[in-house]
Amino acid sequence: MDAIRIININPDINANILLPIVWLIVGFITIYAGIKNLMDKENPSRIGTAVFWCSFGIACAFGTWLPAKVSGALVIIMCIPAIFRRVKVGKVNAPTKEYTKTSFGKIGMKIFIPAFGVAICSILFSLFTNINTMVGITIGVLAGVIILMVYNKDNKPMVFLNDSERFLSMMGPLCMLPQLLGCLGGIFTQAGVGEVVASLVEKIVPKGNVNLGIVVFAIGMVLFTMIMGNAFAAITVMTVGIGGPFILAYGANPVVIGMIALTCGYCGTLLTPMAANFNIVPVAILDMKDRMGVIKNQIIIAGIMLVVQICYMIAFK
Amino acid sequence: MELIKLVGILIVIVGFALKLDSILIIFLAAVTTAFVGGLGVDGLLEALGTNFVANRSMAIFIMILVITGTLERNGLKEAAAELMKKVKSATAGKLVAAYGVLRGIFGAFNVGFGGVAGFVRPVLLPMAEGAVKNEGHEPNEDHMEDIKGMSSAKENVSWFFCQVLFVGGSGGILVQTTLASLGYDVELIDLAKVEIPIAIIAIVVASVVFILRDKKLCNKYYGAGSGTKKTTESKK
Repeated sequence: MDAIRIININPDINANILLPIVWLIVGFITIYAGIKNLMDKENPSRIGTAVFWCSFGIACAFGTWLPAKVSGALVIIMCIPAIFRRVKVGKVNAPTKEYTKTSFGKIGMKIFIPAFGVAICSILFSLFTNINTMVGITIGVLAGVIILMVYNKDNKPMVFLNDSERFLSMMGPLCMLPQLLGCLGGIFTQAGVGEVVASLVEKIVPKGNVNLGIVVFAIGMVLFTMIMGNAFAAITVMTVGIGGPFILAYGANPVVIGMIALTCGYCGTLLTPMAANFNIVPVAILDMKDRMGVIKNQIIIAGIMLVVQICYMIAFK
Repeated sequence: MELIKLVGILIVIVGFALKLDSILIIFLAAVTTAFVGGLGVDGLLEALGTNFVANRSMAIFIMILVITGTLERNGLKEAAAELMKKVKSATAGKLVAAYGVLRGIFGAFNVGFGGVAGFVRPVLLPMAEGAVKNEGHEPNEDHMEDIKGMSSAKENVSWFFCQVLFVGGSGGILVQTTLASLGYDVELIDLAKVEIPIAIIAIVVASVVFILRDKKLCNKYYGAGSGTKKTTESKK
C-alpha cells in the first residue's frame, strides 16, 4: 500500500503544522457561529448559543496547545447550555427557491464537481500521500470554495461562512454527539469498564472461540443499537467489552471486525423506533398511516445484511 | 465490587431508552464512570480534555459544511432532481431502486441532496405516482403507502451502508479512535475499503427486494400481469 504513495512528507509536518491548521479553521468557523448568534436579536437564547459554539470552537482550535484539564473544563462548559436546551437557532438566511433555480440555470450539472471534489480529494490524499485525511478534506473544501466563487460571483467569502453557520445551527448541539460518544468510550477504557464487561461475558461465551465471539459481537451490536437507537453509542461499549477481549485479542483483523461491527449496528438502527429521525419522522413527513410503515419495509433487508456481515467477518477475520 | 464500574453503561442504556437528552446522558455517564473508576475531579477533566482533543477528527464535518450550504444555494438539489428525472419508463419499484443507487453513490461521496423531506417527498413520490399512471392505473392508496415506506427504507439503507465509504466520515473515525484506545492503529481508508462489498450487497439486496415487492403489490392492486413483463418474471 505504501508503494503507491507518491508524496511522502515528514510525519512531524502532519502532526505539528497541517493538522493544527485544520483544527484552527474548524474552530474559527464554530466561534464565528457563536459570535453571529450572540449578535443576533432574533435568537431567543443568544448567550447559551454563543457559549456552546464558542467553547467548542476554542477547545477545537487551541486543543493542540491547551493543557488537557483546560480543554476538559471547556467541554463541560459546552455541555451546560446544551443540557438546559439553551442552544437555539437565530435568523435563518436560507436561499429562496427562485434563487437556487436561477443558480442551477447558470451552473447546471457542473455543480457536482465541487460537491464530489471533497471526497475525491480525501481518497486521493489517503491513497497517494501520507498527508493526513483531514488535511485532504480541507484541501478539497478549499478547492470547492474557489470553484464555487468562479461559478457564481454572488459566492463571496461571507456567503460560505454564513451558510456554514446556517447548517451548524440547523444541526444543533446533537451534531457533537459522535465526538462526545468518542470521549465517553475513551473514559470507559481508562476506567477499566472493558475488563468488567469482558469478565461478565466470559461466563456465557467461552474465550478462545473467535467465531462465536463474532456472532455475539454482531448480534450484541444490533440489540444494543435497537435499545439505544444509536449505533455510535453501542460501538464504543461493545468494542471495548466484547470486540477487543473476545475477538481482537486472538489476532483477528481489527479493520474488518471493528468496522463491520458498526454496520451490523446499523441493521439495529433499521429495526428500532428509537431511531426516530430515520424511522418515525419520515412517516410524518410522508403522511403515512402506519407508524411502523418504514421499519416494516426494512426488516428483511436488515436480517439479510446481518447474516451477510457475520459471514464476512468470519471469512475475513 | 467491580460491577459498579458498569454504572456508566447502565446510564447510557436507560437514558437513551427513556429518550432523555442525549448530551445529558453522555455527560452523566462520563462523570459517574470517572468517579467510580477512581479518576477524581482532576482525572475527569484530564480524561475529558485528552479524549475530546483526540476525537477532534469527528468535527471535520464542520469543515465540509463550509461548502454544503453554498452548494445547496447554487442548485445542488435541482441538479440531483434533474439526474433522477433521466430515469424514464420505469415502474414505481424500479424508481425506488434507482433512487437508492443514486443516493448510495452520492452518499459514498458524502453529498446529500435533501433526504426524505427534501427529495423523496417533492421529487421521487410524484415520479412514482406518475409511473403507476403511465401503466394506465389510478394509484391505489394502499399501494402508495407502501411506496412511501419503501422509499424511506431505501433512503435509510443507501445512506447507512454507503456513508461509511466516505474516507473521513464520522462512523469510520469513531471506529478508528475506539480501536486506538485499545491499542490497534488502523487507517481510515482501509476501514472504508472493507465496507465496499457490504455497501454493494446492501444496495443490490434492497433493490431486488423492493422491485419484487412492488411487482407483487401491482398484481394485487391492479390485477395480474400489470406492470410486469413475462420475460423478467421467468428470470427470477
